[in-house]
Amino acid sequence: MTETALLEFRSVNTHYGAVHILKDVDLAIYPGEMVCLLGGNASGKSTTLKTLLGMVTPTSGEVLLDGEVVNEKPTSYRVTNGVTMVPENRRLFKRLTVKENLELGAYLRDDREGIEEDLENIYELFPRVKERLSQKAGTLSGGEQQMVAIGRALMSRPRVLLMDEPSMGLAPALVQQNFELIQQIHEEGMAIFMVEQNANMALSIADRGWVLQTGRVVLDDTAEALLANPELRSSYLGES
Amino acid sequence: MMNAPPIQKKLFDQNWKRILFWGSICALTQVFICLVGLPSELNRRILIESTLSLGYLFILWIPLVFGYVVSKMVKLEGIENPKQGAADLLSGALTGLLGSLGLVLLMLGIDNLDMRDPLINWNPKLFRLLTFENSIGFGSLVWIAVGVGLGTVGASLHQMSSQIRKMTAYAIFGLFSFAVLEDVIDDLSEGFRLEWLSDMIYAKKGGMTVTSMIVLAVVLALLPLIVRGKFKNTVERYRSEAKPEDKRRNSIALFSIVAVLVLVLPWFLGGIINELLANVGLFLLLALGLNIVVGLAGLLDLGYVAFFAVGGYTTAVFTSPNSPWFSPETHFGISLLVVVVMATLAGLLIGAPVIRMRGDYLAIVTLGFGEIIRLLFLSDWLKPYLGGSQGITNIPAIDLGPWEVRGADPRSVFYMVLAFCVLAIYVSWRLQASRLGRSWMAIREDESVAEVMGINTVNSKLMAFVVGAVLASFSGAVLAAKVGSVFPKSFEILVSIIILVVVIVGGMGSITGVMVGSLVLIGILGGPRQPGLLQEFQNFKLLIYGALLVFMMLKRPEGLVPTARRTRELHQEEYLQDAWLGDDESEDREEVGEQL
Repeated sequence: MTETALLEFRSVNTHYGAVHILKDVDLAIYPGEMVCLLGGNASGKSTTLKTLLGMVTPTSGEVLLDGEVVNEKPTSYRVTNGVTMVPENRRLFKRLTVKENLELGAYLRDDREGIEEDLENIYELFPRVKERLSQKAGTLSGGEQQMVAIGRALMSRPRVLLMDEPSMGLAPALVQQNFELIQQIHEEGMAIFMVEQNANMALSIADRGWVLQTGRVVLDDTAEALLANPELRSSYLGES
Repeated sequence: MMNAPPIQKKLFDQNWKRILFWGSICALTQVFICLVGLPSELNRRILIESTLSLGYLFILWIPLVFGYVVSKMVKLEGIENPKQGAADLLSGALTGLLGSLGLVLLMLGIDNLDMRDPLINWNPKLFRLLTFENSIGFGSLVWIAVGVGLGTVGASLHQMSSQIRKMTAYAIFGLFSFAVLEDVIDDLSEGFRLEWLSDMIYAKKGGMTVTSMIVLAVVLALLPLIVRGKFKNTVERYRSEAKPEDKRRNSIALFSIVAVLVLVLPWFLGGIINELLANVGLFLLLALGLNIVVGLAGLLDLGYVAFFAVGGYTTAVFTSPNSPWFSPETHFGISLLVVVVMATLAGLLIGAPVIRMRGDYLAIVTLGFGEIIRLLFLSDWLKPYLGGSQGITNIPAIDLGPWEVRGADPRSVFYMVLAFCVLAIYVSWRLQASRLGRSWMAIREDESVAEVMGINTVNSKLMAFVVGAVLASFSGAVLAAKVGSVFPKSFEILVSIIILVVVIVGGMGSITGVMVGSLVLIGILGGPRQPGLLQEFQNFKLLIYGALLVFMMLKRPEGLVPTARRTRELHQEEYLQDAWLGDDESEDREEVGEQL
């Protein structure tokens, strides 16, 4: 592909103190595609996200945003330039109202009209959120919280949405609903980078995927190929 | 027991374990209060002429409260409650009796054993107080009668109709306030030239006269009958029906009335009360600052007194001719500018190293910093510059052209402090709704996610520290000019703790709450070194502060005047969690149904 990647890792290494977390990781997310990162516990998935967002600085290698090296740029720079994360377990500001939560998503923007417009879009996408605007986020049901979390992320007008374990802590029926929602947002042109343990579900909607094992990318392929991969099937999809 | 109709509980069908438990606690509390010395110390303060002193009151409330507690219905779903009746009165009486037995044992103990060495209040004075200067037998009989009586009364509170309960409550609390606020009422009536009124209520030697007490009690008890929720109804009707523009106009009118009152009232008050109000203002200023740091940004700063000290010392150095090293003797206004700069620097200096810590660690490190600053002021090293333990004296009054603000004229100090408080309230109010305020709240809720939103958490937290520091330093500056001197010992750790208690008791994050908190705590109980309305409590201030803090944390964690948000959150949490589950479940079921 000759297109510039939206976000890219070039042999990124990170350390927490002396502990080597990511080892020569290469990733690339292109505009408008849906990709997923799979891996078990302690494989470095969260660190990958933190490094993409600039909350962890790599010890070597390059993080690129639109082809520009952003290793040293703060999180706010990346958020302004279209990278946003929906945190694991939704992590809303529980004691603030739904409206305040959404507005905090647009913290770095100062175009009032644009913010109003985006709020309207979100109400359209999630009518239920509109009914709960003045309610505290902590009092919503799990499904509603997920909507607010996604809405909050959308408020920064991202081009790529990083999603940390979107299905975690949701009832099985909601997981399905949630993936449909992600797909819907994706169809409107948003690039999505999903970190998941629920490999089956994630791969069924993603274009491509990587498998991370103890900080190293061990598989990098299209979603279909990954789904068919016998090794992956045995270790992640619970089939023998 | 199956679905039996509510039955009258038999007289001796008691939960003996419960009575024994609460009775023993009642006894222990009474003995504890006696040994702490509250009754002996407060016996001098007479509430009702030749009948009741504050000292005795401190023993008497105990059986009343425990009688109330022990007979409280335990409501459990699906279990029928036996009808209230004589059985509950008996349980209250027994609890009171057990409590009195504690006092009897204490009297016997004081008479026969000498324990004055560890317990200084184990003395004849307490003995005389408990036996009413009579024999042990007489004292015991009186206390048992009183304990049983009050325990029964406490228990009977559950059985009164709500109307009577309301009347009793009005009478008791009204009388209590009248008796305790004697000084203020005296002072006020003097200011308004209504001496005859206070002369009528209070006896010459202090305390209310018996007749006035009875008259007042009747009047107060009739009050709820006359009012009968009319006031509440009017307010509610107003809230729901009035037009927004009317509301706006009315609230502006109300605000102006309050403002005029606050401005005019000091002229009708005597020196002592004005002094008190000035102290309340100084601590309100501190509390408003801390409210930004703790209430909004969620940074538990236990070394807040450091900024108070910086304000005081900067003012001292710049205005006092006695400053040992550098003494430009500038005007207060100029020194105030320096104070702002110094406080900002101090905020950044203390903030920068600790800002990356979270929660408990932050609290411990700021605690340390607070002490370090005080010890620096006290040290021999800085003695040539800041006077060491002798401090800096001779700080001049604030010269404001036609007016002068000096400690000897507490009214002027009050107006000065008022100006700063108004500024602080305005700043806090505007900040709450601002982008910065929003970022503080986000950080308080979840720092990592706040970072994900693109908030520069380090800058934001430093700003909270700086704003808090500047407000505290203003308070310190006025304090220095008011007292005329600064000493390291005025800036003890206790100041930080008391301000924190004010913020917590008032309601974290709520400006009104902080105002009420400082008025109640500093005004009535007094600040760390400043006497409050109840000067008798001076020695027991910390005990009461502590007890109040524990009580508030258990029973009303959102504070006296919480923000609407906090109330919802703290009192709805339990059922909301269930509601949440229920909601999810029903949702799932629906969807599962659809899929099937």
